[in-house]
Amino acid sequence: MEVVKLTDVTRVYKIGQVETRALNGVSMDIQSGEFTSLVGPSGSGKTTLLQLIGCLDQPTSGKVIIAGKETAGLNRNQRADLRKGTIGFVFQFFALIPTLTAYENVEMPLLLNGKNAAQRKQRVMDLLEGVGMIERARNRPDQLSGGQQQRVAVARALATDPKLILADEPTANLDTENGEQVMEIMKKLNQDTGTTFVFATHDPRVIKYASRVVTLKDGVIEKDSRANGK
Amino acid sequence: MINYFKLAYRNLGRHRRRTLFSALALALGTALLMFIAAFFEGEMRSAMETTIRLNSGHLQVRDADYDLDKLSVAWDYLIEDPEQVANQIAALDQVAAATPRLFASGIVSVRDESVGVQIMGIDPASAANDPYRTLTAGEFITTDDRDGILIGLPLAESLGLGVGDKLTLLVNTADGDVDEQPFTVRGIFTTGTTAYDKGIVFLPLAKAQAFSGAGNRASMIFVLMHDREQADAVAAALQGSNYTVETWVQLNELLVLVNDFSNAYLSIINLIVLGVTVTVIANTLLMSVLERTREIGILSAIGMKGRQIVSLFLAEATLLATGGIAFGALGGWAISAYFAGVGVFFGDLGLSSDMLLQDRIYPYLTLDASVNLIVTAFIVTLLASLYPARMASRMEPVEALHKAQ
Ligand SMILES: Nc1ncnc2c1ncn2[C@@H]1O[C@H](COP(=O)(O)OP(=O)(O)OP(=O)(O)O)[C@@H](O)[C@H]1O
Ligand SMILES: [Mg+2]
Repeated sequence: MEVVKLTDVTRVYKIGQVETRALNGVSMDIQSGEFTSLVGPSGSGKTTLLQLIGCLDQPTSGKVIIAGKETAGLNRNQRADLRKGTIGFVFQFFALIPTLTAYENVEMPLLLNGKNAAQRKQRVMDLLEGVGMIERARNRPDQLSGGQQQRVAVARALATDPKLILADEPTANLDTENGEQVMEIMKKLNQDTGTTFVFATHDPRVIKYASRVVTLKDGVIEKDSRANGK
Repeated sequence: MINYFKLAYRNLGRHRRRTLFSALALALGTALLMFIAAFFEGEMRSAMETTIRLNSGHLQVRDADYDLDKLSVAWDYLIEDPEQVANQIAALDQVAAATPRLFASGIVSVRDESVGVQIMGIDPASAANDPYRTLTAGEFITTDDRDGILIGLPLAESLGLGVGDKLTLLVNTADGDVDEQPFTVRGIFTTGTTAYDKGIVFLPLAKAQAFSGAGNRASMIFVLMHDREQADAVAAALQGSNYTVETWVQLNELLVLVNDFSNAYLSIINLIVLGVTVTVIANTLLMSVLERTREIGILSAIGMKGRQIVSLFLAEATLLATGGIAFGALGGWAISAYFAGVGVFFGDLGLSSDMLLQDRIYPYLTLDASVNLIVTAFIVTLLASLYPARMASRMEPVEALHKAQ
């Protein structure tokens, strides 16, 4: 089943007179359960592509269909709704809300989805357990290491059981050990729950986890290979 | 349900000093406005009350042709047999006191100094004359005193007069002549209103009548009511063919006007002060939004809608407003209460007898004014926070995330 279907997607950034063609006619499908790695040199359009898939941005032209839903013409609130139920994000920087504890950060998407207190508690504890952060549940982000923060961020991305998790260089700010740990968690989730992962990365150590590697260059797909024999 | 207030509380706690200062700005503004409102109210109440007590009364019954400004004692303009008229009026249930008064214009002279005064002949026994009974020296005049006079403290001071001293009083008489006679200062009074006290002297009614040649006549019947709201009803009942009856509202048109005017003036002050404080609040929230661009991007990315982001910032404004305004209201009330006790000294503002003010103004805080102010400050603060809140809700998640990277 297709979770993502991109058809001839182009994204042009315009700053003053300068136009940057960040993506230039990209077409691709992502199947449910795939663990896809987007690679390519800096400026090749990885982040731009993730943002379009994540409905954080809209293409200049082309079609983006997420979980069977055409995203063109959705207004801000409709896009927020789509994200809320379908997509989880893990960012390069440790994107936790600084005033909330690890527990509350993971709880936030559940609150936004209107889950009741009992459901939330159970789910948050399970998730923190899953990323090995249960003893740090009451800590604020500034009391956690980068790796710990990123694990909380992964737990948050998973909270609502999204079909699709998008991660933009999730290991870029982590040392090898923490990077591996976060990747292991994601890989395990992918295998256990069949959640679809797409992550952008430069990190060759990370690419080995992927079942599929899509290489971008200058806004076009240069290579698309299902590697590692998965 | 998202607990916006919990989030708001923590966000405010991130920058304690900034939060404190914004709340303080709001508190100071509220306290200041509350005190100003209390001061104005106290001033207007005092002006109305003082003017009624000393000058206009609640009702005046006069000859239809009598001119209040001329102080003429020509018989045509006076009321005949005033005691009898006064007694009839005093017999009414709603009336607290009714007493005849005779006005004449005169000049007090001592050695080579002279001062123009209003001479008022009063019935020393009437309760309506209690406001003049606060003496700094000597005694009040009595009904059958033939050469005693009561003068005000400022006049006594400027002429160097003490109890028992002699002065010469000149009067414009009923037949258009002048007469003059020596009097002895029996007492020196103070009403606390210098503008009034410096220009009036009191004689017993009978002596004033004889001295000015007014016979058994008086300029007016001065009436005080138990409840001033009943003045109209009584005035209507008294309206006779050859009398004019005027109520305190008619007699104090200027004061009523000044009251309205000062209310408008107060609104403008409110607007200015609230405008300034609220700018501070809006600025704080705006800074807060700009600093939290990334955070707003994250919240938006995980599915928070514009309306919810607005709620988040409105909750912050609400907490800030509640804290600031509550403190300010408490402070404003405390200051008003303190000065309501000791008064604020203003001295003689040199106002005419149309609007008499005590030398000390006692702020008077009404519940109405307080509630009004609190509600207004609250609403205005929330309105001002709407702009930063909407700005936050309109950030595109990508841009919000980008800015931070
Ligand atoms: N908001 C923006 N405004 C203007 N140009 C942009 C914007 N975002 C990206 N670009 C441009 O689009 C191109 C693709 O950028 P993108 O961020 O997608 O690259 P990337 O592959 O993620 O790079 P990196 O590996 O450095 O993160 C770049 O040339 C970049 O400068
Ligand atoms: Mg990137």
